[in-house]
Parts: sequence; structure tokens; C-alpha cells
Amino acid sequence: MTQNVEYTAKDFSTDQDVRWCPGCGDYSILKQVQTIMPELGLAREEIVFVSGIGCSSRFPYYMNTYGMHSIHGRATAIATGLKAARPELSVWIISGDGDSMSIGGNHLIHMLRRNPNVNLLLFNNEIYGLTKGQYSPTSEFGKMTKSSPMGSIDHPFNPLALVLGSDATFVARTMDRDPKHLREILLRANQHKGSSFVEIYQNCNVFNDGAFEVFSDKKSKALETIFLENGLPLVFGENNNKGIALDGLKPIVVDVDQFGKDALWIHDESDLTKANLLARMFDGAINGVDFPRPFGIFYATQRPCYEDLMADQIALAIETKGAGDLDTLLQGRNSWEIK
Amino acid sequence: MSSKQAREKVTIIFAGDSGDGIQLTGFEFSNTTALYGNDISTFPDFPAEIRAPQGTVSGVSGFKLNFGSTEVYTAGGLADVLVAMNAAALKKNLSQLKENSLIIANEAGFDKRNLKLAGYLDVEDPLKEQEAFHQIVRIDVTRLTREALKETDLTLKDRDRSRNMFVLGFIYWLFNRDISSTEKFISDKFNKVPDVAEANKLVLKAGYTYGLATEAAYQRIEVKPAILPKGVYRNIVGNEGVALGLIAAAKKSGLELFYGSYPITPATEILQHLAKHKNFGVKTFQAEDEIAAATAAIGASFGGALGITASSGPGIALKAEAMGLAIMLELPLVIVNVQRGGPSTGLPTKTEQADLMQALHGRNGEAPMPVLAVNAPADAFDTAFEACKIAIEHMTPVMILSDGYIANGAEPWQFPKAADLASITPKMAKASANAYMPYKRDENGVREWAIPGIKGLEHRVGGLEKEELSGNVSYEPDNHEKMVKLRQAKIDNIANFIPEIKCDLEKGDVLVLGWGSTYGAIKVAVNQLKKEGVSVAQVHLRHLNPLPKNLGEVISRFKTVLIPELNNGQLIHIIRDKFLVDAKGLNKIKGQPLYAEEIKAAVKELM
Repeated sequence: MTQNVEYTAKDFSTDQDVRWCPGCGDYSILKQVQTIMPELGLAREEIVFVSGIGCSSRFPYYMNTYGMHSIHGRATAIATGLKAARPELSVWIISGDGDSMSIGGNHLIHMLRRNPNVNLLLFNNEIYGLTKGQYSPTSEFGKMTKSSPMGSIDHPFNPLALVLGSDATFVARTMDRDPKHLREILLRANQHKGSSFVEIYQNCNVFNDGAFEVFSDKKSKALETIFLENGLPLVFGENNNKGIALDGLKPIVVDVDQFGKDALWIHDESDLTKANLLARMFDGAINGVDFPRPFGIFYATQRPCYEDLMADQIALAIETKGAGDLDTLLQGRNSWEIK
Repeated sequence: MSSKQAREKVTIIFAGDSGDGIQLTGFEFSNTTALYGNDISTFPDFPAEIRAPQGTVSGVSGFKLNFGSTEVYTAGGLADVLVAMNAAALKKNLSQLKENSLIIANEAGFDKRNLKLAGYLDVEDPLKEQEAFHQIVRIDVTRLTREALKETDLTLKDRDRSRNMFVLGFIYWLFNRDISSTEKFISDKFNKVPDVAEANKLVLKAGYTYGLATEAAYQRIEVKPAILPKGVYRNIVGNEGVALGLIAAAKKSGLELFYGSYPITPATEILQHLAKHKNFGVKTFQAEDEIAAATAAIGASFGGALGITASSGPGIALKAEAMGLAIMLELPLVIVNVQRGGPSTGLPTKTEQADLMQALHGRNGEAPMPVLAVNAPADAFDTAFEACKIAIEHMTPVMILSDGYIANGAEPWQFPKAADLASITPKMAKASANAYMPYKRDENGVREWAIPGIKGLEHRVGGLEKEELSGNVSYEPDNHEKMVKLRQAKIDNIANFIPEIKCDLEKGDVLVLGWGSTYGAIKVAVNQLKKEGVSVAQVHLRHLNPLPKNLGEVISRFKTVLIPELNNGQLIHIIRDKFLVDAKGLNKIKGQPLYAEEIKAAVKELM
């Protein structure tokens, strides 16, 4: 899949008016996706965006590629069928926390275990935006919304723990307010062969404004976030003065100068046990200690892709039985003639 | 010397525990009988549980076969022969027997334990009671099977498993049939376990020899080959016929077949058949649920494949949302609905025709969709093929209605040659200098199919209302009304591509109008009534939406219309609504097929 035309980001925008609320985090994501597209080395016609329902799912209308704005929660199943039929296409799934974690939860986990080579961008704003402000499966416990005036009594999903549990082969987190990081993660997701799951913290400035502010606000960012880089120690805080180390399987926060950089937890994208620990650095403390929220690639591994396994079986069937002959098939095992 | 009695038609029921191999025995006997040249029709009737409580009436699995030297259109009414592997099988099927029929009983299945399980509490020998009404043949199948295998190393349990082959061998003797086709079947089926293959063949032969050895005792029955139209035949089961029709349509259209499915009775076998034929490039996807099965097929169709999904009962309800999307996207999609008794989980293994209204209307919004119905196993291939042709050439989802009676039933099928099948031409968009208009239509209201990978045709589709021509999202009031009417007109226009119905009576008293699996029973009834001089004709609909163009005219030629259905009255509402006729219904909702006698009686009542 190569193309000779030199594209710019503009070549990937359509003539449709973008209809998100002014200030929505979706704009930043759209911009970064359009920006990386020319770098994929693919022709526009080889790319398909598939979405479900929700604010984020309007996305395909704004991408000048092939696209489908489908039905609620089903984009993952549609993409699986599309990829099985056309393995050579670059397929991107755009989904939200309601779309993927709630109504489409079943399709999400099953797509991930099958591992077709697609990229799924989960726009997580922890709220139902298109229906105007009800709690979502990722809204925090106690969240006051129009449908939970006394606070939500639903325990929220931890999306990355969920997808790691589904044996996803690429698991990452980034955010709308950090375009540079977002861009990096999108490129890595595209490079990964298999289902890439990218959770993007996306601010809904109308119904859930500031949900992720602590992770981008200059005052809090240093202590509340930790950026994962493969092969490098886990450090955070002002001037990276804090670090995370492992005491057995128990993560601890340490002072880098006192503890020594070499003794810190070194991030290893291929380590599933550590990825599971990182995913648990979520709401609430672990063993009484508050941890910063990790961003970056938690886990990446290789496993055969569904569409390839399917094509292999077909090739093997043709090799062993010969290409199907319709007349032989119709005649069956026993036939007789009446003269 | 045994004497022979000649019969024109025989209906035989094989019955026993669901683990007794009844279905296999029935199926093999059907195959051999069809190969011999009889016309046949079969109807398996099994419990929903895989191993229902042994020995009880609810656990009885049955296989009914009607075969004859003249044309056979149904699996028959009352039976001439019953093979009862146990007391429960006798109890369940007694009411299904003609007077003075032949009952072949496995003696071991009538011991104290089995009598108790069957609910024969005060009866010592229920077979003896029947001697006044029927001819009883008692065979100690278990002992004779063990005897036949005494030289082998098989365990007792494994030996007992071949009991059904003993019975089959005896039945082959009874009807003077050749055992070689079943021998070949056994060799193929057990080719990895030669011991088991040998044992089964030994027992099969032993059963046949037992007939020969005891022939003085019983009369053999002769059913001569039928005089069927010339041609080459094979046996076909409904679900397999559907699968073959789908493969043929994919091959003829040059499209890849993508089949998304979630196992459900009685549609599962379509998935299993297709999964066997990967060397045709068939892609089968066993989905996590019915919704994924349907939507993955839509994804494949968007990519340029022939997307197909199938289900039954509640599974079809789950696919309704996906069908709505396919209607909006105007992409080919075929949905096979193998109907079963409903509502809800209903009667999974029993037959019913109660999904017609759901097929026609069961989606939100104005969502018209072509609907075709299969009328018999031998019709499954043609109907499935035509459904695919309509879906592809008219860019629309199409539903095929089959049912449990057709899905598992078998009959001889005069299969076509691949070269003689109709062509199927997908309406593919080609790259052009002009801007691509995804929802621009041709003279038949059909849009072009632009598949990813073609430069310059990049476009977005979706479930939101489309602007005419451009396909962009539109909330414009006039546009919505126009699009609703355009989608309807596209489906209505398909009437110009389907054959008009033929009716052999210029004018008459009663028209029996049916659809689906009641075909055979109506045909038998109407033929018999005609012989009796009744002014009656049969019209059987394959196309339920749109209806054939001349249906109203044909209906108007009759004084009365009778509509037999295995539901509480569905087609009747459509006919009354469309043609303003006072049609009469004949409705049976027992999970069992209609019998010709019931239809005859209903027609006579109208005279």
C-alpha cells in the first residue's frame, strides 16, 4: 500500500461543517488525526473510518476517506467484518465511552480477543454528551448528572483494565490537551499490527467540563501524570524528582535522589503483569498511596490477526481440496439419474 | 417363503431416545430410498434438549419419512410403519399410526424400567394391547447387536451404540433395499476409527440377515421407484439447500461470500455447511451475538463482499436494528430467517410461520425490504439464489423465510448446472472525473456500489437520513419525505423483475393461497380435490414483498380465497388489505406441519 501523491492534512478534510460544540476536545483529536494521515504512506481510498453513535461518532463525515457512521455500539463488529472481507484496508474505529463501554461492550471485548488489524480511538469524556448530560459507564461513582441527581450509584469501568482483560494487543492512553503526545500515540497505534486500543481523555466542555483538567493544568500536571516511555524509568513530579519503584508486585512512590534512578521501575511495553499494575493506577489509592495517572503505551504485543488467520484457512482449504467447483458441490455425494 | 405386499406410498416413523441415533438412521434410510428411485419427503421431530431425560416421552426423538412410487409432497399424515426403540417412543407415536400398521419394537426398550419411565404404570405389556389393532414385530435388538459384535474388542457401551444400525439393516430387508450406500457412509464417517466402522457395518449386515433368516414371519413391503421427471437428482436438506444457493450466488456474482452467524436452532446447520466450503473462498464468522453477526456482514458488504446473516426466532428480533441500517445504507445484505415456534424462545425445534409480519414490518421507521419464502427443501436453493440476486442487483437487504420443517426436511432435488444459473451483475461504481454521488439512482431507483480502494469515490454513508444524490446528512423535511418514497419505490419496482404467478384455472370456486412450507400439503389436498371434481386451484407465493404483479387479478377469478398458515393469520391480513377480498383463514399453531386432510376439509367447508 503506497501512494505517490503528497498529501497534506487539508486533503483529509471534507466540505461538511464540523458540528461539535465550540471548545469541544473532539476538534483537537480531529486535527491530529488529519495531520498524521499524510504520514501513513497510504492513499486516501485505502483508509476507512467507521464509527458508532455519539458526539465523537460524527467523525467519519469530516474525514475525506471512505467512511461509515453506523449504529450505536456496533462499529467494532462492522469493522471486523470489513477487515475480514478486505484485509488490505486501513481501518479506524471512532467510538465514545457510551458507544464502546456500554452498548457496544460485548463487541469491543470480542473484537479485541480476535485482534483484527484495526485502530480504535476511544474518545472518553466520562459523560453522555449527545443526549445532553447523563452519567456514562466511565463517570465516577457519585457523579451528579441529569439522570443521577443524587449521584451515580454505578461503579465505573476502568477502560484499560477492561481491555487488558480482553487480551488487547496494543493498549495506550493519551489526551486531547496534549497534541504532541496524541500524535505520537496515533502513529504508534497505526504501526502496530493487530487491534490498537487508544483511550483519549476528551473534554466535554458543555456537560463535563474539566473532568481531566488535573492532567493538563500546569499546577497539577507534574504530580498527577506520569508519561510512560519504553525502556526508561517511571519518573514524574517537578523536575522528575519522584519515581515509581516496585516492591515485589507492589508499586511504591519514591524520591528519585534518595532511591537512585537505577532502582526505579523501568517501563517495558511487552510486560503484561506490569501493564496490569499500571492500568490499576486509576481512581482511588493502591495500598493507601495515590499514584499519578499513566499516559503512553501500557502494553504492546504481537498475536496473529483475525483476517490473516481466516485467509490462511481459505488458502489451506484450496491447497488441500482444490478451488471449489460449483457443479461438483451441487451434485453432492450421491446422485442418480432418472431416464 | 415370505410374501410381498405392494404399496404406492409408505410413511414410516423412526422413534427412540434422542441419543439412539434416530436422526441418522432416518436420514440414511431416506438417502437409500431416494437412490432407489422413490420420491421422498422427510420431517425430523426432535426435542430441544440434546440428551433429554432418557426413556421419557418428552425425550423422544422422531424422524418421519414419506416415500412412494408416485410424487410425494409432504412427510405424510398418519404412518404405516413405526420403529419404536422404547416404550416412550410407542406411547408418543401411537396416535400417529394408521389402522393395522406395522410396529417394529426393540424389546429391551420395553423392560420394567422403560415402561415406568414412559408412564406405563399399570400396563405390563403395552405391545400386547396393540396386537388387536396393529401388527407387532418384536426384536431383541440389544442382544442381537451384542451377539453380532462378540468377536470384536469394543466395549459393551460402544457395541450398544451400533443398535440403530441393526434396526436400519432390518428395515432395508423389509423394503428390499441395498445396504451399500450406508456402508459407504459408515466408512466415510468413521474413517479415522476403522474398528467402529467395521462394527457398524457388521451390525447393519446382521440386521439385514436377521430379516432374511426370519422371513417366514414377516411380509416384505414393496414400493416401486417413482416416475419422476427425467433428470439427475440428489437428496437435499433445506438448510443445506440454502447454503448451496448462497455459495452459487457468490460465485455467479463474482463476489466473496461473508457469512456472519450466531448458532441458533434451527438455523445453525447453514453456518456449519458454509464453514465446510472454505475452498470456495467462503468466509464464515461465528459472532459473539446476533447483532455482531448482522453488522459484521454489513461491514463486509460495505467492503464489496456479499454479506449474509441468518438466525431464527429471537435472533431475528436482535438483527432488526442492523436491517434498518442496511436499508439506509442501501447495501446488499441477505438475512435468512429459519422460523420456529414463538414468541420469545418459544418452541425452538418446532415449525411455525409466525414471522411474516415481522419480516415485512419489524423495523423502526418506514423500512421496506424484499421478502422471499422457501416452500420445500428442493426449493431452498433457488429461493436463496434469487434472494441474493435481488439484494445485489437492487442494492437492498432481502429476507429469506424458511422454517424448521424445511430446514431439517429432505427430498430429492433436481439440481441445476452451474452454467444454467441466472447471471448476477453487481452495480459497481467506477472511478470517473465527475464528483461521485453515492445516492444517485438509475432508472430502477438503485444506487451504485462504490467500494473502498477505488480512487476518487471516497464517500461517507451512515444511518442518519441521506440527502438525495450526495448522501450527505440531511434533516430537511422535504428531503426526508422524498427519500422515504424513493426507498419504497425501489422495493416496489422489484415486482418488475419477478415472475407473475401462474394459475391453471380461468375461473373457480376456491383459490388456496399459501406461502412457505405448507406447499406440499396444499398441493396434495388440491390435487385430490380436483380428482373429486372440486373447482379449486393452488397459488403458492415465493415473493411476499413485493407481491407478484398479477396476484390481484388471479384472486379476482375465484369466489373464495382460503389462506392456510401455520400462524394465527398473517398473510390473510395482507391479502385483505391489498385486494379488499374476504379471504378465509385456516390456521394451525401446534408446532407441527399442516396435513392435506385438514386443508381438504377446510376447502369443502367453503363450498
